[in-house]
Amino acid sequence: MHRALLHVSRRAVTARNLASTVEGDAFRLNEYSSKYLGHRKAAFTEKLEIINADDTPAIPIYRVTNAVGDVIDKTQDPNFDEPTAIKMYKTMTQLNIMDRILYDSQRQGRISFYMTSFGEEGNHVGSAAALEPQDLIYGQYREAGVLLWRGYSMENFMNQCYGNADDLGKGRQMPMHFGAKERNFVTISSPLTTQLPQAVGSAYAFKQQKDNNRICVVYFGDGAASEGDAHAAFNFAATLKAPIIFFCRNNGYAISTPTSEQYGGDGIAGKGPAYGLHTIRVDGNDLLAVYNATKEARRVALSNRPVLIEAMTYRLGHHSTSDDSTAYRSAEEVETWGDKDHPITRFNKYITERGWWNEEKEKEWQKEVKKRVLTEFSAAEKRKKAHYHDLFEDVYDELPLRLRRQRDELDAHIAEYKEHYPLEGLHEKH
Amino acid sequence: MSSSRALSLLSKHATTLSTSTRGKAHFTFQPSTTLPSGLESMEKSKMNLMQSVNEAMRIAMETDDSAVLFGEDVAFGGVFRCSLDLQKKFGKDRVFNTPLCEQGIAGFGIGVAAAGATAIAEIQFGDYIFPAYDQVFIAFEPPKKTKSFQLVNEAAKFRYRSGNQFDCGKLTVRTTWGAVGHGALYHSQSPEANFTHTPGLKLVVPRGPIQAKGLLLSCIRDPNPCIFFEPKILYRLAAEDVPTGDYTIPLGQAETVRSGKDLTLVAWGTQVHVALEAAQLAKEKLNADVEVIDLQTIQPWDEDHVVESVQKTGRLIVTHEAPISSGFGAEITSTVQKRCFLNLESPIERVAGYDTPFPHVHEPFYLPTVHRVFDAIKKSVNY
Repeated sequence: MHRALLHVSRRAVTARNLASTVEGDAFRLNEYSSKYLGHRKAAFTEKLEIINADDTPAIPIYRVTNAVGDVIDKTQDPNFDEPTAIKMYKTMTQLNIMDRILYDSQRQGRISFYMTSFGEEGNHVGSAAALEPQDLIYGQYREAGVLLWRGYSMENFMNQCYGNADDLGKGRQMPMHFGAKERNFVTISSPLTTQLPQAVGSAYAFKQQKDNNRICVVYFGDGAASEGDAHAAFNFAATLKAPIIFFCRNNGYAISTPTSEQYGGDGIAGKGPAYGLHTIRVDGNDLLAVYNATKEARRVALSNRPVLIEAMTYRLGHHSTSDDSTAYRSAEEVETWGDKDHPITRFNKYITERGWWNEEKEKEWQKEVKKRVLTEFSAAEKRKKAHYHDLFEDVYDELPLRLRRQRDELDAHIAEYKEHYPLEGLHEKH
Repeated sequence: MSSSRALSLLSKHATTLSTSTRGKAHFTFQPSTTLPSGLESMEKSKMNLMQSVNEAMRIAMETDDSAVLFGEDVAFGGVFRCSLDLQKKFGKDRVFNTPLCEQGIAGFGIGVAAAGATAIAEIQFGDYIFPAYDQVFIAFEPPKKTKSFQLVNEAAKFRYRSGNQFDCGKLTVRTTWGAVGHGALYHSQSPEANFTHTPGLKLVVPRGPIQAKGLLLSCIRDPNPCIFFEPKILYRLAAEDVPTGDYTIPLGQAETVRSGKDLTLVAWGTQVHVALEAAQLAKEKLNADVEVIDLQTIQPWDEDHVVESVQKTGRLIVTHEAPISSGFGAEITSTVQKRCFLNLESPIERVAGYDTPFPHVHEPFYLPTVHRVFDAIKKSVNY
C-alpha cells in the first residue's frame, strides 16, 4: 500500500514541472463541465467575488389575469369552454362552502378536526384541471379542491371526517387524511414532506413502463419544503430524471411561522434550478395561470424531466381547527388579502364576462351546494363506525397469529366489561 | 512538514499495523447440516453470504421485470460486492446509484413499491438506517430534528392508514448488520429492536448463505415491507454449498439448528454460531444438551416454536449483540415468561451487548462471547 502512495506523490512533484498549464486547464474545465457540473460550461475567474445571495433576482411570477380578474395578454388565455369553466368555478365554490360548514361542525364538537383551504381554491382547481386522470397525485393535507375536481364525492369527504364504516380509509386516520385509489390520489399522512421522495419513486416506476403516459404530481407547502425529505426528493428526481411535478403551495405561513422565518433564499422556486429542476413561479390565485403552468409542466415532466412549480398564494384561514391565527397575524392583514386578491373573485369575473354566470345563478348555486353539503353531512354523521375488529386489520396483508391472539384477548375483555366501551356507534359484526 | 516525510511516516506506521494481530473473529461459522425441505436434490454450489445475496437478487430480478435495485454505490457492485455484475446484466434503469441520502432511498423505495413495482433498496450500513427511520418515525431529539420518517411512519403504516387502498408491500430494504471486528460505533450496530416496536414491518436476519438466499427471496416476494439485515462479518467468512435454483424459506418460521432437552438457546444472525459453540462447550463440560433455535424472522417471530421448546426444556437464554436494554431479547423473555411460567426451572437469562455505544478496541469485551453464553448456561442448569 505504501508503495502506491510514493508513486502518486512522485507524480505530483513532477506535475509542477510540466511546461504547459494550458493543457491542464483545458483538461480540468472539460472534466468539471462534463462530470461535476452537469455539462454546464465551466470557467475560471481571477476575480475574487463571493456571490451576494441577497442580490440574486427573484424568479418572476407568471400570471394571466390581474388581481381583479382581467386577462392581461390575450394569447395566454387558455380559452376554456363553458362546461369546463363552470365546473372549475363550481368546484372552487363548493370547496369554499364545504369548508365553512365543516369548520363550524368541528367547533360544535361534531367532528374532531378540520383544515380549510380558504384562499387556495384557485391553485387546487387550476392544477388539477391541467392533469390527466391517470396521473398519480400525492398530497400534503390542503388539497381538497384537487380531490373534488377528480370526483371524490361529498359523501367520501364526510365519511372520512367522521371516520365511519363507509370511509374509503376505513376510519383509521384523523379528518383531512383523504385517499382514493380510484381517483389516483394517494392517502395523506401526517408527517410532512415524506410524500415527496415517495412521489419520485412512483414516477420512476412509471417511467420504466413501456409507452408511459403517467406522471406524478406531489403537493407540499412552504414549510414542508424545509424538511430534509424535500432536498432528498429534488435531488433524486433530477439525477434519476423522474416524470414528476413538484407543486409547492407557498401560502405565506407554516402554522404561525411566516415565510420570512422559513427560508433565506428566493422562495422555493429559487431552489429548483440549483437541483437541476426546470422551474416556474406562478400566481397561485390566478386559476388560468396555474392551469397554463401545470399543463406545460406536465408536458415537460412526461419527457422525463422533473418540474418545480411554486404557486404564490395566501392562507386566508387558520392552519386548522386547532389554531387561532389572530395570535400571530392581524385580522387586517387577512381581510386585505381576501379583498384584494381572491381566486374565486377573479375567476368569477372571467365566467361572468363571458356570459356564463350571473348573480342569480350564484344565489341558486350557493343554496344548492349548502343543501347538498348539509344533507351529506347529516347522513355521514348517522352512519356507524366499523366494528372494533377492524382495528387489527391491514397491519399486514394477512392477520398474523400474534395479533389474532391480541384481538381474542380484547374480545374476552369486552365481553366482560362492555358497558365501559363505546359500542353503540359501531357495527355489531365485522 | 513536507509531504514526502509525512508519507514515509505513514508507511512505517502501516507496516507496524499489518504485523500486529487484529483479533480473529469471536466465533466460527457453522455451515448448516440440513437443508430446507425439498432442496436436497437441487444442484449446489459453494457460495459465501455475499454471493448468495447476489444470487437471490439476480433471481428476483430475472423473475420479476418490475424489480429495481438501488442505493449508494450499487452500480459498480456495492461496497460489499453484493450487487456485482447486476447492472451489467439488468441495465442502468434497473440497477442504479442514488445520491447519498438514506431518507431519500427509503422514501423513493416506498414510492416505487406503491406504484406496483418491486423495490430492493440498499442501505449501506444498518447504522445509517436512522435517517430513513421516519419513512420506515418522528424526529425525537433536537439535534436530529430533520431526520426523516420514512420506514416507521410511512412504510409500516402505508396499508393500514389507507384502509388497504394502497400499500408498499413490494419494498424490501437490505442493510448490513452486526459486529465486524473493527467497526466501532457506526459500522457494527444491530438496529432490529428499533423496528420491532413498529407494527407493519417484517424483519429478517439470516445466519448463513443458504438461509440468506431463501429468506431474501421471500422478503422480496412478500406483500409487506421487509427489512433484511445482512451480517456483514459473514459476507466472506460464511461459505457453504448453496442450492443454485429459485427457492424460498418461509418468513415467520424459526429453525431448531441443534436439538436438546436441557435448555433452549435463542439467537439470530452471527450470534447463532456463537450459540452453537456455547452449546457444544456445554455438552463437553457440563453434559448439558442445549437446544439452539435460530429465530430467522424477528418480526413476526415464531413464538410457538420457542414456547414449545421451553415447555420441553424448562430453561431459556436469549442472546444478541444489540444492547441488552430493550433489545429484542426483552420481548421474547416477557412472552415466554407469560406462556411458560409453570414450565420454568430457572430465570430466563439474556446475554447481550452492554448498554453502551459499540466500542472500538474493547469490542472483545463488549460482545456476548461464547464464554459469556456458556457461563449463562452453566448458571441456568445449576440454578
